[in-house]
Amino acid sequence: MTIATRELRASYAFVQRNFNLTKRYWGWEVAWLVYSLAAAVAVAFIGVAQDDPDLLQVLVIGTIFWNYLSIVFGFIGETVTWERWEGTLEYTFMAPVRRYTQLVGSTFFAVAYALIQMLIILGAMIFFFDLEFSGGNFVTAGVFILLGSLSFVGVGMMAAILPLLYVERGDQMVFVIQSIILLFSGVYYTTDVLPEWMQFVSQFSPGTYVLEGVRGGLIHGQSVTELLHNVWPLVIMGVVLIPIGVKVFGIAERYAKRTGKLKRVG
Amino acid sequence: MIELQEPTTSVTRRAERTPNERAAARVGPPPAGEQPAMLLEHATKRFIVGRRKKSVVAVNDVSVSIRRGEIYGILGANGSGKSTLIRLISTLLTLDGGRIEVHGHDVERDEMAVKRLINRVSVDAAFFKKLSPLENLAYAAGLYGLEPKSARAQAISILARLGIGEKRLKRPLEQMSRGMQQKVAIARALLTSPTVLLLDEPTTGLDPRSKLDVQTFIEEVRDTHDATIVLTTHDLAEAERLCDRIALINDGRIVAEDTPEALKSMVAELHGQEPTLESVFMTFTGRSLDDDHDDDKTDDED
Repeated sequence: MTIATRELRASYAFVQRNFNLTKRYWGWEVAWLVYSLAAAVAVAFIGVAQDDPDLLQVLVIGTIFWNYLSIVFGFIGETVTWERWEGTLEYTFMAPVRRYTQLVGSTFFAVAYALIQMLIILGAMIFFFDLEFSGGNFVTAGVFILLGSLSFVGVGMMAAILPLLYVERGDQMVFVIQSIILLFSGVYYTTDVLPEWMQFVSQFSPGTYVLEGVRGGLIHGQSVTELLHNVWPLVIMGVVLIPIGVKVFGIAERYAKRTGKLKRVG
Repeated sequence: MIELQEPTTSVTRRAERTPNERAAARVGPPPAGEQPAMLLEHATKRFIVGRRKKSVVAVNDVSVSIRRGEIYGILGANGSGKSTLIRLISTLLTLDGGRIEVHGHDVERDEMAVKRLINRVSVDAAFFKKLSPLENLAYAAGLYGLEPKSARAQAISILARLGIGEKRLKRPLEQMSRGMQQKVAIARALLTSPTVLLLDEPTTGLDPRSKLDVQTFIEEVRDTHDATIVLTTHDLAEAERLCDRIALINDGRIVAEDTPEALKSMVAELHGQEPTLESVFMTFTGRSLDDDHDDDKTDDED
């Protein structure tokens, strides 16, 4: 057996496991999907209430793509919490699996899961609202989804360290990070409406660039080359944050093994 | 038949030897020149606990050499360091001092190689409880890079041997009794063909029938395969039945180590006690098993 085959099988194990868990927790999956749908549609109705088609487009894109990005972030960021809660953390960490291998499998599933949910919400939006994206550049939107996924995986990997280090409060910290990204990234508004200091902070959130890029593509029909100022920060974040995330996760794992924090709690 | 992976160096499969040859080959520390299946030299682990950041030595200067194919029992009260020792061997904890080798691989420097050689069954069957036995075993097989089709056939065969029929294989584990779950945990460990199997109180909390099934299966693994087994237990009868050698651990230190018969003779001759393992336990740990249960309650209350 080659190393590549072994690593591929290990990566696929995470995809298969997450698929099986999604199947077994189908009741919760339906509940979360209904909640996400209701939340997205409810927010978009604000645009209808204001009788403002531009605002409607901003809100629709914000809700759909934030839902996608937050799912990818959540899957990666809550990996440790999830396993700790199930009681399988020690088993998974004892297995001969490299963290990159685990990350590839987890990311593949997270992206597939988030894409399916995004398409369902998009379908609901088209059903409820008279959306007009005929001049939109869907290639641009696709590129920003891909780049956004990578950068959010990097941020998620950094966040995943917290439940490893702080057994009791780590999960809450991940939730706070997700909330802060939501606030600063211009999900339901463009970031230029934020106070100056918040606009400064928003430069460090990958969400800002993803949402600006997708809006530029779908609303204004801009190509990727026209939006390079939003592309390169995402490329840098993806290229830098993923290896740093894996490295720092490794350091945190070693710390957890030194202090006994891998041991099941609760 | 369960297929166990060969260790990195060549060995004669135990099944090819007679029972007497096997028994003789596994008792006692390895002779000079023979590589032990597991070697612990001055292994030490400390934890910082409580608000006052008090340093507690959980494993204190433990040195043990275990022969290939041996079943090595570790007896000790709650909090004596048994599980910490198992976690150190499993690469789930790092050492503060000393070293541990599994088939010549250092657990810290060659962690991935050690991980491929070992597997562990813990007292709490750690599963995705919503998933079925087959789904959990498929996950395990994937993590260890096994070929999915043959791993599935192997999983069904091992589970059948442990009395888990096909109709139960697709039901969520949470619907199974603890005894059944523990059997699935053992099946999962064996599926990955470990050359060193770490059993951390595998029969604790099981009903007598399930306990007997698991013990019989451990004996079968011992008799037919080249696996070395480290077993921690509170069940003295189980230790006596299964273990080639027993170490008693107290406050993180190994306080006695020998065959069950030799330990019993020792307490009878030196201390005038009944030649039983309970006497051995009380002599070397300074407490009875009833004290141990009282500790359980205190731990829970804490």
